[in-house]
Amino acid sequence: MSALTSHLRKYTAAPVCHDIQINGQLVGLHDSGVLWWPDEATLVVADLHLEKGSSYARRGIMLPPYDTGVTLEKLAGVIDAFDPARVICLGDSFHDPDGSDRLPAPYRAMLTTLQLGREWIWVTGNHDPVAPVRLCGETVDDVSIGPLTFRHEPIEGVGAADAVGEICGHLHPAARVRRFGRSIRRACFVTDGARLVLPAFGALTGGLNVTDEAYALVFKRRKFSVFMLGNDRLFPFTASRLVGD
Amino acid sequence: MDAALLPNRFHNWFASRGWAPRAHQLQLIDHLEQGHSTLLIAPTGAGKTLAGFLPSLVELERKGKRKPGQAGRGIHTLYISPLKALAVDIARNLEAPVAEMGLPIKLETRTGDTPSHKRQRQKLNPPDILLTTPEQIALLLSDPLSARLFGSLETVILDELHALVTSKRGDLLSLGLARLRRLSPGLRTVGLSATVAEPEDLQAYLVDQADPKRRNLSHVVKVSGGAQPDISILDSEERLPWSGHSSRYAIPDIYQMIKAHSVSLLFVNTRSQAEMVFQELWRINEDTLPIALHHGSLDVGQRRKVEAAMASGGLRAVVATSSLDMGIDWGDIDLVINIGAPKGASRLAQRIGRANHRMDDPSKAILIPSNRFEVLECQAALAASKRGEQDTPPLRKGALDVLAQHLLGLACADPLDAVAVFDEIRSSETYRQLDWETFERVLDFVATGGYALKSYEQYAKLRKSKDGLWRISHPKIAQQYRLNVGTIVEAPKLKVRLVRSKANGRRTPVGRGGRILGEIEEYFIDQMTPGDTFLFGGEIVRFEGIRETEAYVSRSNSENPMIPSYMGGKFPLSTYLAEGVRAMLADPPSWKELPHQVRDWLEIQREKSVLPAKDGLLVETFPRSNKHYMVCYPFEGRLAHQTLGMLLTKRLERMGARPMGFVANDYALSIWGLGDLSLLFSSGKIPLERLFEQDILGDDLDAWLAESSLMKRTFRNCAVIAGLIERRHPGKEKSGRQVTVSTDLIYDVLRAHEPDHILLKATWNDAAEGLLDISRLGELLTRIQGRITHTGLEHVSPLAVPILLEIGKEPVYGEAMDSLLEETAEELVLEAME
Repeated sequence: MSALTSHLRKYTAAPVCHDIQINGQLVGLHDSGVLWWPDEATLVVADLHLEKGSSYARRGIMLPPYDTGVTLEKLAGVIDAFDPARVICLGDSFHDPDGSDRLPAPYRAMLTTLQLGREWIWVTGNHDPVAPVRLCGETVDDVSIGPLTFRHEPIEGVGAADAVGEICGHLHPAARVRRFGRSIRRACFVTDGARLVLPAFGALTGGLNVTDEAYALVFKRRKFSVFMLGNDRLFPFTASRLVGD
Repeated sequence: MDAALLPNRFHNWFASRGWAPRAHQLQLIDHLEQGHSTLLIAPTGAGKTLAGFLPSLVELERKGKRKPGQAGRGIHTLYISPLKALAVDIARNLEAPVAEMGLPIKLETRTGDTPSHKRQRQKLNPPDILLTTPEQIALLLSDPLSARLFGSLETVILDELHALVTSKRGDLLSLGLARLRRLSPGLRTVGLSATVAEPEDLQAYLVDQADPKRRNLSHVVKVSGGAQPDISILDSEERLPWSGHSSRYAIPDIYQMIKAHSVSLLFVNTRSQAEMVFQELWRINEDTLPIALHHGSLDVGQRRKVEAAMASGGLRAVVATSSLDMGIDWGDIDLVINIGAPKGASRLAQRIGRANHRMDDPSKAILIPSNRFEVLECQAALAASKRGEQDTPPLRKGALDVLAQHLLGLACADPLDAVAVFDEIRSSETYRQLDWETFERVLDFVATGGYALKSYEQYAKLRKSKDGLWRISHPKIAQQYRLNVGTIVEAPKLKVRLVRSKANGRRTPVGRGGRILGEIEEYFIDQMTPGDTFLFGGEIVRFEGIRETEAYVSRSNSENPMIPSYMGGKFPLSTYLAEGVRAMLADPPSWKELPHQVRDWLEIQREKSVLPAKDGLLVETFPRSNKHYMVCYPFEGRLAHQTLGMLLTKRLERMGARPMGFVANDYALSIWGLGDLSLLFSSGKIPLERLFEQDILGDDLDAWLAESSLMKRTFRNCAVIAGLIERRHPGKEKSGRQVTVSTDLIYDVLRAHEPDHILLKATWNDAAEGLLDISRLGELLTRIQGRITHTGLEHVSPLAVPILLEIGKEPVYGEAMDSLLEETAEELVLEAME
């Protein structure tokens, strides 16, 4: 019975998102950590860090070789659910510039299948400043579509005029709340209404607490909200409720 | 015993000091001369260390002086101690007789503090006697020169063996011993130990276990007795606290004791206790007695100063943690004050042994319980001491992460023959039960990570060549190994530097200068904001900020410092003492030995609720400020209680009792929630027998482990020791606080995709043995079957007060994280709407 239900749910359209506005555009935040822009049928995902395991293994640190598989499975699930016309990968899609070259054949096939029938944009990141090899898709440093701009690393400067409508990744945001002496830390979206930072999607990607100095270059101190990833829903908090690690 | 065992020089030396060689010292020489490895069990003050060295000194004397130009002869004797400081101290003590007898012996120490040029020179031109630590042995064994260095090794002396074998360092050392035996087959070992519960374990540890069917044992020499120590428990006029570990109430009494004795040693269980006691003593130190502080977080220089002052008789008292538990000679201590719970009978005996190093005089000790339960525990420890009973833990089973580290080390030294090394490893007592399959998987782990998905062959750290031997694939691997060696994984720490304050409105930047006071755990500093004050190194300091890997602090005169809650140093109550406490509670006539406040407390408990039975389990339930509490009293130690609390909370959640959290200490466990637990238990809706059924250790445990942060911390330690991820090296990180790769994520991925991975197995073994104390929990659940008593109360019972007071002080655990988030989020909505 339960197997049947989950099977059915997979084919039910339009997963539930938390709708917010960025620079006047309605976008949906999903508990998997992706952004859904319904008007453009565009799915945005940040910091996949594919082949992170093998990147470390090259240096003698044998991380589990399952990260690429886990990340791609999860991505496939999301793409299945939203069926987007366009996918934007917001940079650091591969953990190092050689990552796409090392991508094992089954995963390359899987990724290629996901790309079929849709527009695919690779935004470059600091880990992968070059276009991936032997994969489809267009590679750009940043891209503006309507009032939104997609780039890897947020522009420095709180309230900078050219940062309005910016959608980015890079920071791997995570937030912590404390309650009854217990604390919970989760990856999260961060926004001040003008711009938005996505959580890292990759399986072996850690998080940087939003109370860290790095965020002070992007958001006014304590003047932002986060959406923490939960099971099947997001949990919104204002910055004043958050604590450091 | 035949005095001819000793050369004349030695007789003369003994005579010149007015001493005579003791029987056990001669016995040891005799055993070693015949090639027998020997365990020496003796109380402190029996001349144990000298006994250990005498056979080597005698042999080296007979060998005579090395002639100029004669080829180096390698190390004759290795002395291995669990503490760097102890090795240094022993070397100093040994230099005197060597010089006085004019023996042609070169002795040197080698620790993490030894300068690298000296270490290099030691490898090429080794001393006759090298005093060192288990980590240094591992490092030396990974060196291609190791065969030459240890080829003529005759003796290995293992000091404080009882303390060494209880940790992963003991595992590492047992593997090192197996290798040393192979490099020098005639090797004899000498174990020096305090009295233990199972001496045969140590005897087996010392020798080759080549025969899988029969346990091989070393010889043993026991020095009996010493005088019965004079131990008492403080009977204070002050009000005895219900909970907490500060012992603040007893400070005036303690001060009087220090005044009445010439040198006192004050032992506490945690570093924060040490800071607190030290601070409080100085607050009332009208006579400005020289009282010092010694614990593992203090700057090394500071510690050495205290040690030197103590040895030269310049101090009246030292407040110390277990950093001073072992061996170091302190001169004439005439009183040991143990503050807080003793936690174990043997542990207490070893601490008391620090007083009065002359074994025929009784050591004097006073126990200071810091709360009411600890009074019972002190009483039980006192009884054990009178009967001379021991409760040292049984020998460990060798850990797999340590094995992984060791295998890489061996491969760095020499091409590795898997079959020969397997036999070598099984010849050590701690790994004698290792099976070939597990061994192969560990080796595979070292080579390529040991994953079922064989995608890392091209990056292998070890490769098998055509000759069947495993070699490291690149010299860099050896470098990596050297940075990772050791089994102690410490919480990330920051240096604490004293600077001028920028408070008082001064706008000048914090200066760079100032001296280093010591180190503090990063997570503690992370909780603080500039301006907060805390106790460190006996001073109240003000937190100024973090710069790179240093925490800047300034002097402060604040009255109410936050006290650091240091990790570690919290040992769980031993099973043996727990039994003693339970027996005492169940036997009112025995209460006459207890202070009247404790007696009254127990009497009222008997009146208002019931007393816990000796082998049963008392479960109390009562309502309190809109919540329902359940308190049970297993007396099985904090670790087992935490595990039980976790499991019961999960089960209660499933049974619809809506639990919210729990807190555990050494004696009791309390769970609270929204459901009316009294009613649920008494109506039989939740049968207590069902709640505490043994199957809780099955599926529930697995389910909980999936998310447990304890498990993740254990995994992190295993991953570091096994060399899966790199150790963090202070000062070498870019910012010291950067996220690299989180072991929590590795753990999650591994659990999901390769639950049988060897490192998860190592983690599980560790957790079951240590953090979760599962075996002890299992024994508890068996013991209480059919013996659970439930009492529904209107109010909190006297016995429950201590544990309830810990809520808010101790971390509170619980699962259902999403529901907590939900609750917090909804509360926020309410806040916003009203």
